[in-house]
Amino acid sequence: MTFFLETLIGGLLAGTLYSLVAIGFVLIYKASGVFNFAQGAMLLFAALTFVSLQEQGVPFVLALLLTSVVMAIGALIIERAVLRPLVNRSQITLFMATLGLSFIIEGLAQGLMGAQVRALDLGIDDVPLFFGEIMVSQFDLVAAATAALLVIVLALLFNHTRIGVSLRAVADDTRAALSIGINLNRIWQIVWAVAGVVGLVAGLLWGARQGVQFSLSLVVLKALPVLIIGGFTSIGGAIVGGLIVGAAENLAEAYIGPLIGGGITPWFAYFLALIFLYIRPAGLFGERTIERV
Amino acid sequence: MTATSHPLSAAVDNAPVELVARHLPWPLLVLLATAFGVLPWLGNDYWLNAILIPFLVLSLAGLGLNLLTGYTGQTSVGAAGFMAVGAFATYSLLLRVPGLPLPLALLGGGLIAAAVGFLFGIPSSRIKGFYLMVTTLAAQFFLEWVFTKFPWFYNYSSSGTISAPRLELFGYSLASPVGRYLLVLSTVVLLTWVAVNLVRSQVGRNWMAIRDMDTAAAVIGIPVDRYKRLAFAVSSFYLGVAGALWAFAYLGTASAGSFDINRSFQILFIIIIGGMGSIAGNFVGAAFISLLPIFLNQAGQWLFGGHVDAGQLQNLQKIIFGALIITFLIKEPEGLIRLLDNLRERLRVWPLRF
Amino acid sequence: MSSVPSIEAILEVRDISLSFKGVKAISGLSFDVRRGEICALIGPNGAGKSSLLNILNGVYRPDSGEVVFETEHFRRIHPLEAARRGIGRTFQNNALFKKMGVLDNLLTGLSRHMRSHFFEQAFGLPRARREAQQFREQAEGILEFLELQPWREVAVGNLAYGLQKRVELGRALIAGPRLLLLDEPMAGMNAEEKHEMSRFIADVNRDLGTTVVLIEHDIGVVMGLSDHVVVLDYGRKVGDGTPAEVQVNPEVIAAYLGTRH
Repeated sequence: MTFFLETLIGGLLAGTLYSLVAIGFVLIYKASGVFNFAQGAMLLFAALTFVSLQEQGVPFVLALLLTSVVMAIGALIIERAVLRPLVNRSQITLFMATLGLSFIIEGLAQGLMGAQVRALDLGIDDVPLFFGEIMVSQFDLVAAATAALLVIVLALLFNHTRIGVSLRAVADDTRAALSIGINLNRIWQIVWAVAGVVGLVAGLLWGARQGVQFSLSLVVLKALPVLIIGGFTSIGGAIVGGLIVGAAENLAEAYIGPLIGGGITPWFAYFLALIFLYIRPAGLFGERTIERV
Repeated sequence: MTATSHPLSAAVDNAPVELVARHLPWPLLVLLATAFGVLPWLGNDYWLNAILIPFLVLSLAGLGLNLLTGYTGQTSVGAAGFMAVGAFATYSLLLRVPGLPLPLALLGGGLIAAAVGFLFGIPSSRIKGFYLMVTTLAAQFFLEWVFTKFPWFYNYSSSGTISAPRLELFGYSLASPVGRYLLVLSTVVLLTWVAVNLVRSQVGRNWMAIRDMDTAAAVIGIPVDRYKRLAFAVSSFYLGVAGALWAFAYLGTASAGSFDINRSFQILFIIIIGGMGSIAGNFVGAAFISLLPIFLNQAGQWLFGGHVDAGQLQNLQKIIFGALIITFLIKEPEGLIRLLDNLRERLRVWPLRF
Repeated sequence: MSSVPSIEAILEVRDISLSFKGVKAISGLSFDVRRGEICALIGPNGAGKSSLLNILNGVYRPDSGEVVFETEHFRRIHPLEAARRGIGRTFQNNALFKKMGVLDNLLTGLSRHMRSHFFEQAFGLPRARREAQQFREQAEGILEFLELQPWREVAVGNLAYGLQKRVELGRALIAGPRLLLLDEPMAGMNAEEKHEMSRFIADVNRDLGTTVVLIEHDIGVVMGLSDHVVVLDYGRKVGDGTPAEVQVNPEVIAAYLGTRH
């Protein structure tokens, strides 16, 4: 029982990191209908920029700020050079464009800042904490708390600011939003910038865990099943989906893995997602569209 | 090309009922004659091994993916997974069925890949768009895992790799570069001919109808689900054969890692750059994808006198690929083949412009 | 214009109701369509006309009631099955295959008549080639009938709207339907195009004996073309009869004609 709980809790905490990556996706998808495959590359780019700055002796908070600025500039460029020319094109086209974008960002990140693994110390001790008999990683706890904090900030931003209201208007009905004078390009820039900052936070937490390196950009592949389960359009869904995937993956690796050779995490989440899809073709929280003909 | 054999122009009012042309246009004949008759004797081993063989295999893989994504509109990012099935299945057949001729082993490998593709295509009746794409990603990761985790597939070799036990046909060894080149070329030509037949047939039209609008396709009596699964199976057959050729005619020795997600992206790029929904586009896209790295390498050598860092070159290549993908999507969604067509059209009317 | 209609009904709509998320689109609708007639469904936007066509060929499932087509009773028919039974359909906003040429669009309509197998087509075997030839001749016939030859190979997405409507009619027609459902076949056309389209529809009805159910807003066109008019308002039937009868029905005038003029 203790083992089960430890596995479950460990999985849930790891799941918050999946949620964090997924939230970046949801933001962009809601505002611009783009399934942003480059989210992983953005995360890598952000983490690498941060580490490089730190290595130059830039203090933590300043490095955080500078990286955010870099991500915002990146968002401006992406909106101008990629999104604007592709407006009104099919979603699959936009997806493929972000695939190309991810190649560019990865190439830039590694070309400018090197491909070797960089250690990232956020100053959080990774010591086990005991709650009764159950062992929990302190790092995981802090990471989960950070993720929760970020979600609260985002919720405040989107519910209580003008930008947030505009964003929700765009997500609800793009044409109507345009007709009341909302500047769509501006909204996209902001959302991509915010997604970049979310990527930065996620990248730092992941990077502190496994070192800042190329494989960071692969977390995008982890986020996909999370999105499927939670739906592409719901931040709540992204959180719940991340927790489900994290917990299920950990439990499956511990209980099913040994039976079939282990190492099943790369695909288990996908199969879970497929099962969900079969039951609910638009995710747990996604809206089902009626096909009009 | 006279106007009557080219009914594209709207001016031709009463073109005769002309069916699919049964004769090959002469440029294609010249091309085939060169490929079979001239290149094997002209090309040196480097050209055959490093350029022509991978180009042809990648074209075939692009063709397979194009049938599913370009013609039927079902986006797949798991192409390499099905290539792996073809490679490992062909390996097993050659290894475990004594005396099985190579063409039958390739056919068998393709058919097994088709069966696996069919299975992963089943959800397409309920799941669409991005959500379906996730199915193909699941296939990619699951298949990679299977061919890593179960030693039976690579005959318990300690390295986890497979290599062709024998490449021969009617007692002739095909192990030389020319032999492998001719094997690949014949396979590609045969399968391309079949693909051309298919896309011009009712089957192909049904696929394209589903791509353009699947609700309407059902209303006019096309069994949409069945044709989607068929597209998955046929596409996977092509990818499977391509995978086997990639493993045995090009690499020589392969492992699950030879068919990772980056290979899938590569195949996807071939069809985006070459042209979705075009047969010839696959060849153009594959040529581009296999020549660009070589060109960059040469350019790097020439510019920096051999002091260029291989890692940086790879980063540069990534950036260029990414930029090209975006440029094509923005400027020419129909790919290089459309650019070439436009060029040809312009050359055709060129003397009349003055 | 109307050939002598037989008394037999090819289609019976019996007490059909449909709602979306609790909003009634059609309530308790019943009427008959006789074999060989042109029946027009008219009514203001949102009266439930398109939804009714969607029920007839299986895109929507009604909450209650049933449809009798020829001798077959059903509540929900699969669109595929509807096509197989001989119900053809065009859509309000055109549902053509935009990247394909006119000829190919027409040929897709023949899919349910396809007999040659996958392998015969893949290898170009004799039966597949014969069938392709035969399909092609049929398609040429439709091209000629609808005067579409000049655009044979042009991608449908590049055609003018009026021509697209004609291609869509052709695609439904080529399969030889016994019942043709046309959703606003003349929407967005100028007077001349409307006249042309009316002529095509009348020809189809007269020469091929195809029963036609169509939705149209232009009352002039409807009165000239149809044998039978059913008037819908808010998902209810408010009129049913010959054009002349419907024109003088006070409820119809109040619900529809009155509000338009």
